[in-house]
Formats: sequence, structure tokens, C-alpha cells
Amino acid sequence: MSTTVVQIAGEPDTVPLRLKLQRIERRRKLKAVTLVLPLLLFILFAFVLPIGQMMFNAVHDSTLLTLMPRTTAALRAWDGKDLPDEVAYAALAGDLSQAWEQKTMGAIGKRMNYELPGTGSEFTSSAQKARTLSAGPYKAALIEISPLWARHDVWSLLKRGSSAYTAYYLLRSVDYQYGPDSQIVASPPDNSIFRMIFLRTLGISIAVTAATLLLGFPLAYLLATLPPKTSNLLMIMVVLPFWTSLLVRTTAWVVLLQQHGVVNDVLLALHLISQPAELIYNRVGTVLAMTHIQLPFTLLPIYSVMKTIPPIHVRAARSLGAGPFYAFWKVYFPQTLPGIAAGCLLTFILCLGYYITPALVGGPNDQMISYFVAHYTNEELNWGMASALGAILLTATLLLYYVFNKLVGVDRIKLG
Amino acid sequence: MPRTDDAFVKFSSVQKTYDGQTLVVKNLNLDIARGEFLTMLGPSGSGKTTTLMMLAGFEVPTHGTILLGGIPIDKMPPHKRDIGMVFQSYALFPHMTVEENLAFPLKVRNLARADIGTRIKRALDMVRLGAYGTRRPGQLSGGQQQRVALARALIFDPKLVLMDEPLGALDKQLREQMQLEIKHIHEGLDITVVYVTHDQGEALTMSDRIAVFNDGVIQQLAAPAELYERPQNAFVAQFIGENNRLQGRVVAMNGGTCKVEIAGAGNVEALAINVEAVGRPTVLSLRPERVKLNPTPGSLPNIFAAEVAEVIYLGDHVRARVSVCGRDDFVVKLPNSECVVQIEAGSAITIGWKTEDCRALDAL
Repeated sequence: MSTTVVQIAGEPDTVPLRLKLQRIERRRKLKAVTLVLPLLLFILFAFVLPIGQMMFNAVHDSTLLTLMPRTTAALRAWDGKDLPDEVAYAALAGDLSQAWEQKTMGAIGKRMNYELPGTGSEFTSSAQKARTLSAGPYKAALIEISPLWARHDVWSLLKRGSSAYTAYYLLRSVDYQYGPDSQIVASPPDNSIFRMIFLRTLGISIAVTAATLLLGFPLAYLLATLPPKTSNLLMIMVVLPFWTSLLVRTTAWVVLLQQHGVVNDVLLALHLISQPAELIYNRVGTVLAMTHIQLPFTLLPIYSVMKTIPPIHVRAARSLGAGPFYAFWKVYFPQTLPGIAAGCLLTFILCLGYYITPALVGGPNDQMISYFVAHYTNEELNWGMASALGAILLTATLLLYYVFNKLVGVDRIKLG
Repeated sequence: MPRTDDAFVKFSSVQKTYDGQTLVVKNLNLDIARGEFLTMLGPSGSGKTTTLMMLAGFEVPTHGTILLGGIPIDKMPPHKRDIGMVFQSYALFPHMTVEENLAFPLKVRNLARADIGTRIKRALDMVRLGAYGTRRPGQLSGGQQQRVALARALIFDPKLVLMDEPLGALDKQLREQMQLEIKHIHEGLDITVVYVTHDQGEALTMSDRIAVFNDGVIQQLAAPAELYERPQNAFVAQFIGENNRLQGRVVAMNGGTCKVEIAGAGNVEALAINVEAVGRPTVLSLRPERVKLNPTPGSLPNIFAAEVAEVIYLGDHVRARVSVCGRDDFVVKLPNSECVVQIEAGSAITIGWKTEDCRALDAL
């Protein structure tokens, strides 16, 4: 036996050790990549690419550049002080007749309407009239056809169209827009709603997060300290909402809270109120329904963290002289913070994107930013605005996550 | 050494039941003297930890009273009892540094900041962890964590310190080292320690007195040597140290000694410790190291023929398992101090022992 061992050890080793290790490691890595690849591709195509496209749409708009190529090219040299020269008007005449022939006036008019309301229809009619122009000078003739072409702000808009990238949608999303000389000015009051809506989204999310924490923390504590038999039953009741459709739960709230709903009928019958209370289609209904849906998301991380805290810690604190509340506050509560942080972050970020619930149980003043994203996407077909609002929401969320990370530390978050 | 004249802790007729049917602690009466190191020793489920928890205030006695310094503490919540406590799982607060852990009982008591600082330094020096004050418990080894837990239980100068199997999670070598450390700390400070363990070696090493628990009752309360040399019943004899048991029947009683008949082997002279009357069954208890090998005939009152079944060499001593008196689990310990008689498995020998080394106890 011993001779064999000696012989094997004595053989000259032709392959270096490092290479051998690499070969084995490579196979293992390959196996790991094969396992993750389907998910990786799914995330790439269903998540990263659409979001990337959305972020891109928020700053990219080549409508004017492609549909009015001559004018935007001619305006590159314009200094933007007085009206442009004859060359630009000639180019405009060419673009107008091309737009008429290719029936693209609608698209151009719509794009112009975004920034200068009312210019769209004027543009369409001037395109129709411009067909008759056959020779220059075009400047006087075009101004004759439509006063639009004597407006400085219209030309500024066309000049901005010479770039495929625009900050217009992002500016609008935070209630700014371009002035007549392409300078950035505040939007007129009847157009500046988005800052308020972002603040509203933030406010509702904070309110719902706080409500779920206040309701969820004591319940999580109870669940974590009760004997398993009782706590399992309670736990089923807590996660029951998870197994019910979001739409069903929200509609149930409508049944409960409406003017002649269950809650109002009971309160009236008990003579606690004389008039039906406004419980739905306002902020109360929105926060109530959202809190109900979000409660398990806040509660479960807190619960699972509490389960890991040994009860002996509180006993130790008591034996060291701390009263029941002091022991809870200084020893137990700090250890639940990672769970609180995880639960609140989860609920807060989910709340920022709520759409269905405020749409069903909220009033016009309770719609959150997602409602406007959907509105621009489905009804106005203004994908630039939808993308810009979405991009700002995403950025704000990432920013909040970053601040949270700085304050609490994401590595301290525990889901269980 | 303890002054046993005044009872610092007094359990009188204490009972405890969790389910209302079985008593975990049955009619416990126990006096613990000021400055004493008392160990509650027993197998798991014997009621020793429950007794400790009642003293700490985490469990309420179903019946009876506990006095601490002459005052009944039944209605006193745990944090008012001023009792230091060390747990098996250390129970250090993971979100605090070592220093913050140590400061906790002092802050609760509203001590001045400077005072807290000096006490922490002194406590860390006592457990030789001076350089670890800013670490978190998770960054310390098990032994270091237990030292911090010990320092934390002592830092507020409690008069009574309870320890619930504090060394159970440590490895053997560290455990033995910590046993001595705890013993020395107890000797250096004016404290009373009530220590719970199921490890008899630990109990023998550290204690002034040991209360052996079984089945909710104290079987014997005595100093370590007394407990080992003079066990009062078969449970204690078997639980503390190694023990040969021979079952027999009392045939004659003669003052302090008795004659016990072992079926098919003859009569044994033994000390009558816990025997009821002639004709009753009894268990003879005999320490393996007190058995003499091949004694001169007539030199000892009890000499029997035996056959060596197995010999195990253990360095400092040799263990021989022999068949005698109808049993084949009789163990003889032979010290390796001089050239002992070489014995081999299968050889026929005689063994003998003195009357005073053989104790007739209750039949289990």
C-alpha cells in the first residue's frame, strides 16, 4: 500500500494546480449561469428594456425633426432674436406642402399644441392654404396666410424641434415650460398641477405607511409572543387579504363605505350621526382602503424579525433593573428596527405606484401620479408626458431609497 | 466561607405547577446563607431552573413564600429585586456595544456618567476584557461573551447573583477555566451566588454547598465532599460521581451497620444509611476507587471471587469491569501510581472492600 502512495506522489505534475482549479471552477460557474439565465433574460426584456425605453421617451421627441426637416434644418442658423429670414420661410413653405401631401399636419399640430395651446388648428389651416404658394418671397406671403408665422414663440418652438431631444416633458412634469424665447418659465397656474400631485402621492404614501405601522406593530408583537397554536390562526387572518383579489377588496370597501353603505347605516341606526358621513370618494376612503391592502406588507417583515429576538433579552433587561416599558423600549424595540425599516420601505414604495384603489375609492383630489401616467398613456396618447412623469417617480423613489440607505443602511434590513 | 446562622434567601414550603396537575417543585424548603455559593444540581426537568426563575421573579410560586434578606418578594417585580442574573445563552443585547451592555444596569439606576465610566473599566478589567469595550457581542467568542454577561450581572453590585447553566454552551477546556474564574470572582466579592447546572464536576469545583434536585425535591443538600463521600440516597450516589450498585435484602441490622444478602453471592457488611428494616430491599453503593484488588484473605470483611470482563487503560488509572455477585457491570478503578498488578480479561481474581466504604441506601 505504502509503495503505491509514494509512486503517485512522485509522478511529475504536468498541469499546474491553478489551472486545474480553474477548470473545475469554470464548470461550476457555467452551471450557475445556466440556472439563472432564463430569469436574467426575462428581467432584461420585461423590465430593463421597457424602463429604459420609458426613460428615453421622456427626453426624446423627433416629431418636428422628422416631419418638418427643411424648416428645422434652416432654423439651426437662426439667432432667435428677430423673425427668421426668407430662407427659413421658404423651407417652411416646402415643409407645409409636404405635410399636406403626406397628411402629417395632425401629428405636427398635436405636437405644437402641447407647448402652445391653440396653434395646432391654425397650423393645419395654414398648411392647407400654403399649397397655393408656388414662388417666393415666402415670408410676407406666409404671414399673410396665418398670423402664426409672425409669432416669435412659434419659431422658437420650431427651432427647439431641430434637436431630437427635449426637456419639455420633464419641465412640464415639475410645472415649468419654455417661454417665447426658449427660456424656462413657470407654467401658468391652470397647468401647474404636477408638483402638487407628486406631493399628494408622497403624502398619501406616508400616511398609509404610518397607519400600517401603527396598526401592524402591536399585532406583530402579539403574533410573535402568542403560543404557536393561536398565532397561526391569527396569522391566517392577517394574510387572508393576500389571497383575495385587489379589485374585490377595493370594491368591498365601496360597499362598506358608500353613502348608504354598511358603516353609515350602522352609525345612523345608532344615532351617532344624523347625516350619512362622507367616507368614500375622498381621502379617508383612499387611505383606509390602501392601509387595509398594505397592512400585511408592513406587518410580516416586522413579525419575522420579532420571531428572531430571544425573549431572554427582555428578561435579562428586567433582571438588570429595567422596568417593563424601559426594557421593551431600550432592548426589544431597537432590535425590531430592521424589520420596521423593511416593512415601511416596502409599503411606502408600493404606495407610490398605487393606481386602482385611488381610482375606485378616491375622489378627483385623491388621484396619485400613476393615474396621470395612465391618463397620458391611454387617453391623451402623450407618451412623452407619461414617460416623463414615470421617470420622475422612478428617480424620486431611487432617491428616497438612497436617503433611506444612508440613514438606516439597507444591509440592516431584514425580511426574516 | 458562609455564615450559616442567618438565611439571606429563604424558600419556605414553595410549590410550583405549570399545568395545575403535576408539581414541578414540591414543597421546597431551602436556606441560603449570605456569601454562600450554592449550586442546584440535577437532571433536566428536576425543578432546579424553575426554582431559580421563581427567585429571579420570572415565575410566581403556586404556594409558599420566598424571603430575600428577610423580606417576602412574592409581589416584587424582577427589576426591583436587585438580583444579578447570568443566562446560558448570555442574553447580551446585540444592538449595543460591550460598554453599552455594561452601562445598561447603571443607566437604569441613574448613576453619574463618570461613575459609570469607572465601573465599566473596573468590570472589564475584572473579566480581562479591557480592550473589547467598543465591540459588539457578535464580534466576541463564546467565552468572551459569557465574561461580558458575568461582568454585566455584577456591575451594579447586586448582593445576590443567579447563574442559569452559564457555561453550558462552552467547550470543555474553556468551561473549566471559567469555573475557576467564577469561583475566584465569588471569593473576591461579597456576593451570594445561586448556580444551576446539570454538570456534577462543575458543581463540585465551585460550590460551598450543593442541593441535588430530582423530581421537584431536594434529595440532599451538603458540601461537595460530604455529598460524594456520604450520599444519603441511591439517586445522589448515582448522580454524583461513579458508583457501583448491588441490589440486596437486609438480613440483620446492628447499630450503624447492617448485613445485606445479595442473592446467590452471600452477605455483605455495609453502613446502614437509608434502610428501613430487616427484610426490606436495599441498594448498596460502592465507589469504584474504594475496591481493593486481590486482598489478603481475612483482611477485609467483604471479599468476593470475581472474573475480569474488560480492562481499559486510561493513563492515570486502569478501569476494570468485573463480574461479581451476579452482575457484570461492576467497575474497579486502579490508580496507576505504582506497578499495579497486571490483570487481563478473563482472569479470575478476588475483590474486597471495607464496611465503611459500602453504603446501604434506599432501593430505587
